[in-house]
Amino acid sequence: MTHHLAILQVVLPLIAAPICSLINHGKACWLFATTVAWLVFAMSLTLFLDVQTGGSIRYEIGGWQPPWGIEYHIDALAAFVLLLVSAMAAITLSAFQRSIAIEIPKHKQGLFYTAFLLCLTGLLGIVATADAFNIFVFLEISSLSAYALIALGRDRRALTASFEYLIMGTIGATFILIGIGLLYMQTGTLNIADLQARIPEISHLHSVHAAFAFFTIGIFLKLALFPLHHWLPGAYAYAPSAVSTFLAATATKVALYLLYRVFYTVFGFEFSFEVLQLHYILMPLSILAIVISSLNAIFQQDVKKMLAYSSLGQIGYMTLGISLLSDVGLVASILHLFNHAFIKGALFMTMACFLFRTPSMRLDDLNGAGRTMPWVGMAFVLGGLGLIGIPLTSGFISKWFLVSAVIEQGHWWLVAIIVFSSLLALIYVWRVVEHLFFREPSAALVANKQPIGALLPFTWIVLLSTLYFGINSDFPVQAAKAAAKVLQ
Amino acid sequence: MMLANSLYLNFAIPVIGACLIALLHQHRRAFELVFIGTAAVLLWNTLRLFDLGQAAYFTNISPFSLIDSIPLAFHLEPLGLLFSGIASSLFLVTTLYAIGYMNANNEKHLARFYFCFCIAIFAVMGIAFAANLLTLFIFYEILSFSTYPLVTHKGNEAARNGGRAYLGLLLSTSIGFFLIAILWVWGSTSELDFVRDGFLQEQMPKEALIVLYTLFAFGVGKAGLMPFHRWLPSAMVAPTPVSALLHAVAVVKAGVFCVLKITVYVFGIDLLSSSGASTLIIWVATATMLLASLVALTQDNLKARLAYSTVSQLSYIVLGAALATASSIAGASMHMATHAVGKITLFFCAGAIYTAAKKTKVSELDGLAKAMPITFIAYTIAALSIIGLPPMAGSWSKWFLLDGALQAEYFWVAIAFIISTLLNMAYLLPVVARGFFAPAKDNISGIQEAPWMCLLPLSITAVSCFVLFFLLQELHLFLQPLFN
Amino acid sequence: MLSGLYNYWIAILLMAIGFYIVIAHNNLFTKMIGLNIFQTSVFILFISMGKVDGGTAPILSDAYTVYSNPLPHVLILTAIVVSVATTAVGLALIVNINRRYKTLDEHEIEQQELDQE
Repeated sequence: MTHHLAILQVVLPLIAAPICSLINHGKACWLFATTVAWLVFAMSLTLFLDVQTGGSIRYEIGGWQPPWGIEYHIDALAAFVLLLVSAMAAITLSAFQRSIAIEIPKHKQGLFYTAFLLCLTGLLGIVATADAFNIFVFLEISSLSAYALIALGRDRRALTASFEYLIMGTIGATFILIGIGLLYMQTGTLNIADLQARIPEISHLHSVHAAFAFFTIGIFLKLALFPLHHWLPGAYAYAPSAVSTFLAATATKVALYLLYRVFYTVFGFEFSFEVLQLHYILMPLSILAIVISSLNAIFQQDVKKMLAYSSLGQIGYMTLGISLLSDVGLVASILHLFNHAFIKGALFMTMACFLFRTPSMRLDDLNGAGRTMPWVGMAFVLGGLGLIGIPLTSGFISKWFLVSAVIEQGHWWLVAIIVFSSLLALIYVWRVVEHLFFREPSAALVANKQPIGALLPFTWIVLLSTLYFGINSDFPVQAAKAAAKVLQ
Repeated sequence: MMLANSLYLNFAIPVIGACLIALLHQHRRAFELVFIGTAAVLLWNTLRLFDLGQAAYFTNISPFSLIDSIPLAFHLEPLGLLFSGIASSLFLVTTLYAIGYMNANNEKHLARFYFCFCIAIFAVMGIAFAANLLTLFIFYEILSFSTYPLVTHKGNEAARNGGRAYLGLLLSTSIGFFLIAILWVWGSTSELDFVRDGFLQEQMPKEALIVLYTLFAFGVGKAGLMPFHRWLPSAMVAPTPVSALLHAVAVVKAGVFCVLKITVYVFGIDLLSSSGASTLIIWVATATMLLASLVALTQDNLKARLAYSTVSQLSYIVLGAALATASSIAGASMHMATHAVGKITLFFCAGAIYTAAKKTKVSELDGLAKAMPITFIAYTIAALSIIGLPPMAGSWSKWFLLDGALQAEYFWVAIAFIISTLLNMAYLLPVVARGFFAPAKDNISGIQEAPWMCLLPLSITAVSCFVLFFLLQELHLFLQPLFN
Repeated sequence: MLSGLYNYWIAILLMAIGFYIVIAHNNLFTKMIGLNIFQTSVFILFISMGKVDGGTAPILSDAYTVYSNPLPHVLILTAIVVSVATTAVGLALIVNINRRYKTLDEHEIEQQELDQE
């Protein structure tokens, strides 16, 4: 039974999705979807522990031998990301029942959970599979359901944000498809391990270089790396709260996983960084992402948009770790992938808590909300400290590794940039803190006593996990190191 | 085992106190008692740590590891014990004062105030006993954040702006300089533990050492070196008990303590004096000492004047550390104690004057000593101690600092010390002169001394300035393990 | 060079046309069409490169020995489904956008959103 877990954890939400659309009743669908999500989490946990003790798992679908059949390969990196995605899905579904019931129109709630399960399927599939075209298929499954989920937001700008994401996402995915096609033309295989073996001998061919370029741009689009980031702020800001939380914690992280796979496994370190010297593009773009996004975040009036721009900056940190071309840099990148997912997840959950009582997420509507909702306010402060990188939060651990990696290379100017961006983060977090605690709440806000329900404890669970991993960082650091080792 | 338990108890006590205060937040008398009780128990336990003696020094106690191989670790050693002793004894005195002051001035949100106070003291204990740079940094940041709600307690716009300057400067320096310096040390030496005689040795070239020491000195923004001193006057928007304990004692002493600890246990006195890595900081500290005194002269607001005086006095301690001789380090350590006692008295007096007479400016204090004799006598004693006149405690520490400067052959620094002493007289004594000798301007007949809960603490600390004079010989002996 | 590789040239031409339409045209519906053309060009690229000279469909018979590669066809079937689904989602969004904004012109929508701020 456990041998089939690799495929089962992708197939389960896939089958559950149409069942969910048949159930078509808000609360029942929620119960069903949440159960499925926790089952998937249990499977991911089992897989993770198996990989930790027994090494990577290879699963041939239908018994067909690779490279002719499609193969699923769960190594240390894949297991880590799978754990992250399934954990966030389970927590999001469990926590947001009331929020979804309020934000999504009743007749669409069943479809909401369907799309959510499909998105989960897609994200898990991208990580689990070892076949290039399979990656494209699951990428599109997750993207399409994400477009639908985002469009369910109440504000009409959710529709245009979703449309923009659709256009840019489809272009990105199509570029990846072109890349896959060009590689297939030259190697005759779609299996990642086989590609890894065959590319070195043909790496001088222009079509392989072209394939690399197409992959790069396609992944950068999905990753929202500057300057291909324009879809992200709108998508995160106007989507329903549950969707913002889930996508912020998983979508770009899976795209980053794809980056690792393509650059390190498929094409290999020598080709990507010594022959094609990708780091000369990656580092400037990362720096621009970090600085420009943080500056943008400071001037946002809508807090969810500010958090979205903050995410863009944090993605810059992750790609910066890669561009340093060192072991420590790669570990820092993977570690921050994990830590940031939880920190951003917690912050979006905090905003969702506020949304129960405030009319919108604009700063002026949040005046004094920290005083009337102290637990939520404290949660925001602690999450914000994680973004800045204060000790005892997991954000500090990632920053420690990242700055260590930069110092190791002797790039002192880069250290200055990272410090500068941390201070920018301080500014945009503290702006919100001041509005929350130093301004008078409106009469409507004081009078509004609507209960927040399960979302608040779950927010604190995610938050406390970031604090826990900030104090006892063994688990994420060891997992990140194991993952980095697989890529080398 | 005994050591570990006693040490952890020192952390547990303020945290338990804070939790109790939070639980009892509806019952004012109850949590006020808990507040005093916490301070008393903390002082008792800190004295127990002193009893453990030299044998317990430098044994690392580590509950768990933080990042990879770097543990969260604590140890006992003379500087840390001295700092924790100062902090815990003055904490007890301040609890009385705080309760008296906050009640007399009808301040709100008292439970939150005392809660954050206890957490801040917890952070102070963590800094005092940190055994490696990472632990020190962590508790340093906890101190910054736990004192922010105290500084911005009033919640109005002035408090918010003061809080911005406070947190902005402290975090900019700690993330921008302190953390970078720590990572640099970690990257070059793979060591962060505090070691007797320092662990940097000659591994790094001289220029690197100069930059590194400068990064550390500016990175510890709580030590108030110019131009990163601005947070201190900005933090005066806080209620006076906060200014008194935290900004005359705990926060600023944490800053200079970090500088001392890094000087002695990371660089080592010998390395510093032979490599001259601290030359730049000697200049900066001397300049801060003199400039801050000059600015203090121009301040009419009493608390602002005392704030700039603190900036100047902190530079004494940083200078003592940077001069890196046995005398100067001893003098700097002693000055931690004497300045703490003296400055807290001055702030207590300022708060008492505000509470009793609603006056905040030096120019308004004419003739007030007739109505508030005890307060003004305490102020005088403390002022004499800060100025450094025997038989007040401050004279010992100034003597050692002066001796240290001469030993290090920085004659112009010695001259600067003397000039600064004159400036101290110029900005501290006018209050005494006006209070006792000037005729009262307004009607002072209605003014009485501040309530006894404010008066008792300031009397105790004023007397301590005098009593400490006789105890400093023992303190010097206590500090000897630093030099052998 | 041109005659033997004309399928690649056609694919590139269509790719460029589709991409250009997506970027340059303001009407959202036109953008969807451009996206479709773009995706179709990729399909043509894949399928055309699977053709082997003189090859037939993979029919198991003694008469046929040379087969065109069936794998790209399989892949593109999937990709076509994806493209159809994308178009469906895109059109659904367009219908809703038209309902809420009363226009499909990108600039007018931008203007309405700025006014809404």
